[in-house]
Amino acid sequence: MNKNHFFLGARDALPIVLGYFPLAMTFGVLARSSNLSLDQIVAMSLMIYSGSAQFIAVSMLGSGATPPGIIATILLVNSRLILLSASLAPYLPRMAAPVLSFLAHGLTDETYAVAVSRTGEPPPTRWYLSGLFITSHLAWVGGSALGGFMGALLGDTSRWGFDFALTAMFICLLIMQLKNNITIAVACLAGLISITAATMLGRGWNIILATVLAATIGVLMEKWNKPSG
Amino acid sequence: MEQTVWIIILVIAAANYLFRVTPLLLLSRFRIPPSWIRWLGYVPVAVLAALVAPEIFLKGDILVLTPENKNLIAAIPAFGVAVKTRSLLFTLLAGVASMALLNSLP
Repeated sequence: MNKNHFFLGARDALPIVLGYFPLAMTFGVLARSSNLSLDQIVAMSLMIYSGSAQFIAVSMLGSGATPPGIIATILLVNSRLILLSASLAPYLPRMAAPVLSFLAHGLTDETYAVAVSRTGEPPPTRWYLSGLFITSHLAWVGGSALGGFMGALLGDTSRWGFDFALTAMFICLLIMQLKNNITIAVACLAGLISITAATMLGRGWNIILATVLAATIGVLMEKWNKPSG
Repeated sequence: MEQTVWIIILVIAAANYLFRVTPLLLLSRFRIPPSWIRWLGYVPVAVLAALVAPEIFLKGDILVLTPENKNLIAAIPAFGVAVKTRSLLFTLLAGVASMALLNSLP
């Protein structure tokens, strides 16, 4: 019975695996060409387990940002995980703290979406969630390791234009985030502030400064748009 | 340098785990104010724009808006493909191919 739930979870993870594996391989290759070791690549995928955080870390390490600047920026990016975790909590009633502590590490945007789609009566069991989360995480770690291994074989990839790969990826992620006029305004503001801060203060803190200011202005703009609400 | 990278990895890993586990354990006692949720909603778009803008408009720490700035030129097809396809893979390929082409020019 428990076994069946585990395999059901693993099966539901397949679409996630198909998405994670190539993305994780890309991460591995790019991290390797930014001179991270295979150990570090696997450790990141195992312990950090967050695509955006890992790509941003590699990009900032490559641009020579200061470590406190890198850490602060990524903490800000990953504070979203609080929202994911908080919104999953009501769906998992009566689960013991040790089980929740184990399952928590497998929480990502994608595994959250699948887990929530399976909620209802009865709610997903810990075995189902273990199958879903462990399978997805293995795909992420496996893809990164394979990518890191391939990256080592490729050597210097900058002549093939790989030095632009991260920026291109961030461009697409940025376009996907543009949903209305306010998000476009926030993006333009963040870009301007980031450039200004980078030229005046140097790289590292420009991103967190631009993010905090632009996101705050975005919330204020929402209020101005709906003065009654 | 090597050690610094490990410290960065461990600090981020610890913080990520706390972000993931704390709300699950505190369950209903945990209430996030709606204004904070809205603010967090703008964080991804702001971070991405703040990352991309200096990468494509600055060369070193100087604003360069001429074709000498390869990143700026390569960003144009990448933006176009991103808007048209919304595909990470195609955008990545368009950007990398453009950069490879620019690198091969004399």
